[in-house]
Amino acid sequence: MSDSLTYAYYPGCSGTGTSMEYDMSTRAVCEKLGIRLTDIPDWSCCGSTPAHTVDHSLSSALSARNLQLVEKMDLDTAVTPCPSCLTNLKSAEHRMKKDEMREKVNKLLDNPYNGGVSTKSVLQILVEDLGLKALKESTIKPLKGLKVAAYYGCIMNRPPEVMNFDDPEHPMAMDNILKAMGATVLPYPLKVECCGASFGIPRKDVVMRLSGKLLDVADDIGVDALVTACPLCQMNLDLRQTQINSATGAKHNIPIFYYTQLMGIALGMNEKEMGMDKLCVSPRKVLDAIGKEEKK
Amino acid sequence: MGIVNITKTYDADFVKQVEKESGQDLSLCYQCGNCTAGCPYTFAYDIPVSRIMRMVQAGQKDTVLKCKSIWLCATCESCTTRCPNNIDVAHIMDVLRHMARREGYAPVPTVKKFWDSFLDSVENNGRVFEVGLLAAYVAKTGRFWTDLDLGPKVLPKGKMHFKPHEIQGKDEIKKIFKRFQEESRK
Repeated sequence: MSDSLTYAYYPGCSGTGTSMEYDMSTRAVCEKLGIRLTDIPDWSCCGSTPAHTVDHSLSSALSARNLQLVEKMDLDTAVTPCPSCLTNLKSAEHRMKKDEMREKVNKLLDNPYNGGVSTKSVLQILVEDLGLKALKESTIKPLKGLKVAAYYGCIMNRPPEVMNFDDPEHPMAMDNILKAMGATVLPYPLKVECCGASFGIPRKDVVMRLSGKLLDVADDIGVDALVTACPLCQMNLDLRQTQINSATGAKHNIPIFYYTQLMGIALGMNEKEMGMDKLCVSPRKVLDAIGKEEKK
Repeated sequence: MGIVNITKTYDADFVKQVEKESGQDLSLCYQCGNCTAGCPYTFAYDIPVSRIMRMVQAGQKDTVLKCKSIWLCATCESCTTRCPNNIDVAHIMDVLRHMARREGYAPVPTVKKFWDSFLDSVENNGRVFEVGLLAAYVAKTGRFWTDLDLGPKVLPKGKMHFKPHEIQGKDEIKKIFKRFQEESRK
């Protein structure tokens, strides 16, 4: 593990609020693994979905302000845990390769962005830059006996020509991490299906149906927990699980972890540091079962 | 869906405009239906995405810009990823909502109001202020019961902040929005 594992870190707005356990566990796990994350000073919101539904130059400008701050840090790679931030930062970079778009976007900014910063997810640097071997070797408390499925959400890997990481239909990065750290990872056919995204507030019915299906299938294949990499997916499945149960008549009680939280446990860190108390569906039973004999 | 008489309602400028703004060649769509087959939102759409593609080819501006589907697309990128002719369908859906906004259509008001409240929050604070966003949305829509049941679940977790995270570059963000408004008026 060398100095090369140094990145500009973009926590994203939800990382300071509703997904704070993702941010906490990401920072702690990276530190433990010798990955240096330096916060982008005074980062601002990427605009998320609402910005790109209004205009692409507006959306790109909101992202490019942050990329320009990374340039100033003399770093060439920004990392973020959030797939929505990731897709916005990457799309801005992609779109601004065209001169016309770059000029249009830079007109909106105080300081122009020249291009050349690459953005990756924390998940990507963990598997590509650090590697599964290092993760396996760092594992202190293997996730033995834990049956999980990895749920990536829709945009972590798509569209492939922009995201440029893993497989757009059948990603394996999280599966491989969890396996390397001792968990039993079951094949999950809906790993890139959409959870209903940000429609939880304006069109709850949509989220009830789409996230409901994700939970139904998770129960059908018999997981102890689902593992996510996206703040919005996690929120829809965890915080809204009781709403989904009342809307669909289901009786789900599935803990929804961020993959970094389980990594932290495997690395021997404590539950509090991983923000386990921030989850709505209690992970108590599942966490207690880790390392115990498998159920007969 | 009724019969479309394209000799009467074909709008060539609309077709050209969508092609220009999206950078996509619309004639490449041969209606295989793969986008619709993979779209998780078809159940909520008034026009499925493959049919929107056909209507755009046929220059049916009003029908397309007035439809609900473009406001319910979450940009999950299934359509784009699975198009056998590499058409960036999700990008076209984005461009259609840009146009719909410019023409003043908002057939799913709750979605538009939510997105607007989100962007207002970014414009005012530089970052999204979640509690403020929800309050603004409730005020805009009058839907006071929105997620009231989640309060007792989320509040004790200490994840919601009651004051925005103000950033130093707040004014820079305000200027991005201001310049964008000025540019759009040109």
